[in-house]
Amino acid sequence: MRKKPDPFVWLTIFSTSIILFFILLPLIEMVAQPSFSSLKEAITDRDVVNSIWLSIYASGLAAIISFVIGTPFAYLIARKTFLGKKFIESVVDLPIMIPHPVVGIALLSVAGRDHWLGQFMHAFGIRIMGSVTGIVLVMVFVGLPFYINTAKAGFETIPNRLEKVSRSLGASMTGTFFRITFPLAWRSMLVGMIMCTARAISEFGAIVIVAYHPMIAPVMIYERFTAYGLKYSQPVAVWLILVSLLLFLLLRIVSLPKQVKA
Amino acid sequence: MIQLNRLRIDLPRFSIQDIDLSIEKGEFFILLGPTGAGKTLVLEAIMGLAPVTSGQIIVAGKDVTHLPPEKRGMGIVYQDYALFPHLTVLKNITYGLRYRKIDEQPTEKNLDRLIDQLNLSHLVDRSIHNLSGGEKQRVSLARSLAVNPSVLLLDEPLSALDPNFREDIRQVLKKLHRELRITFLMVTHDFAEALFLGERIAIINLGKIEQIDPVSRVFQRPATPFVAEFVGMKNIFPATFNKNRAIVDNLELCLQAPAEGRKRYVGIRAEDVSISKIRPSNNGLNVFKGRVSDIIDRGLYYEVSVSTEEVVFRAMLTKSALFEIDPSETKGIYIAIPSSAIHVF
Repeated sequence: MRKKPDPFVWLTIFSTSIILFFILLPLIEMVAQPSFSSLKEAITDRDVVNSIWLSIYASGLAAIISFVIGTPFAYLIARKTFLGKKFIESVVDLPIMIPHPVVGIALLSVAGRDHWLGQFMHAFGIRIMGSVTGIVLVMVFVGLPFYINTAKAGFETIPNRLEKVSRSLGASMTGTFFRITFPLAWRSMLVGMIMCTARAISEFGAIVIVAYHPMIAPVMIYERFTAYGLKYSQPVAVWLILVSLLLFLLLRIVSLPKQVKA
Repeated sequence: MIQLNRLRIDLPRFSIQDIDLSIEKGEFFILLGPTGAGKTLVLEAIMGLAPVTSGQIIVAGKDVTHLPPEKRGMGIVYQDYALFPHLTVLKNITYGLRYRKIDEQPTEKNLDRLIDQLNLSHLVDRSIHNLSGGEKQRVSLARSLAVNPSVLLLDEPLSALDPNFREDIRQVLKKLHRELRITFLMVTHDFAEALFLGERIAIINLGKIEQIDPVSRVFQRPATPFVAEFVGMKNIFPATFNKNRAIVDNLELCLQAPAEGRKRYVGIRAEDVSISKIRPSNNGLNVFKGRVSDIIDRGLYYEVSVSTEEVVFRAMLTKSALFEIDPSETKGIYIAIPSSAIHVF
């Protein structure tokens, strides 16, 4: 006798199909709709290439900055318990929750000439408004939590005892980090950087406020959409998606765990 | 070699309370206690891996209380081996060598001898992932011994092993201690391990030390009811004392010597309680009449409870001895306890 499947099984199948359909259909349609010639036209357009390059380059830079400033912090949060740790952790998560335009406005409010930090930066010739610096700054702001949380989770999976033994064998904290922690956690750190880049590349709301020019790809897509319509924005979007997918795929492959030899 | 002076460690939900301990150079010292007694915490504090609230840790005459672990010259071996998963066996073993001064570097020969001693020569190029538990623990031992520590700290080194590997590592530890003549401090919850390996034992419970003594003394002369129970004393009763008599409820036990000082308990090992059908002669024995009230099969022996009118004694009997006394006997049986076996504390 065949067992009758539980209704819940049908529910899970139904829910899976809805989700796949919901996410994939618009994306597939968008990629499929532009004609080959319009795609070719888009990629030979200097402005388009520049904006996609800027998107990739700025978000990559944001990931590297997050790696540099976020790693020691993520390690601290993963390893130590201290008063106010919960508070600090929720502060780090704030950029995920704040509406994107608000992020832009918030950053501009410290970068202006009537703020001491803005004056300070101005004195050194650092400009936030309408500059690549501004774009990268926004991207770090929104991407940092993704790097930190992923790296932290990676550090947490490394047994504390490995580090303790390393110390007992004569290695300092720094030595232990580079000989034990880093080799065991670099994959999570790389995944964290991928997450951070992905988040940064997709940022629009905050960047459009801080820097409309130079134009990152999402801003250009938006501009072409409002000025010329759907047909003109699609090809740029397709190229952005293709280039970023390729990059993420590459990084994912690098970060895959090595097959353990039997 | 190691001296703890009023060592105190306060954690949010647990504390080690003012521990004093002195371990001799070259000694095999055991820190014994149940799970959650704070043994590992004391060990990690000595290594410099746990925060010390107050007190002093002195190793080889030097105050190391505030020294980072890498400057203490000790080794630590954990129950779960804590091998570095990204390094081969040999790279694990040689991990600490670069931190030693050139003139203190072990020669190739010394290192080979250590690897030989631990029977690891055929494994050096292997990844650590598919070693057996026993092999892993031997790598872990080699790794900490390669840097030539003055003290080896062992945190339940046998607990995660299968019984056959456990025996192997137990022998290895005994041999290493004999050959290397360095100080071993081992933490365990297993009294049998302590008995086999240790020279002196400190028994720790709830962050406090209950007794520090040579192994045999702890076994025969436990200082507190907790220790008595921990070392397997089955008969522990609160008692009042009058010269060389101890009164448990209304039962009078004759002691070998009058109890001195403030004693509150008597303890008798189950194996010192004998049972017979006919009344034995009284000389040197405390004899009571009773009835068998319970029998528990312990595998190699039976644990027999005998109720006298006042007290329930527990004795250890082999199967044939149990058969001989005929436990269903309703008229009652006799138990005999030599006064020399009655321990007072």
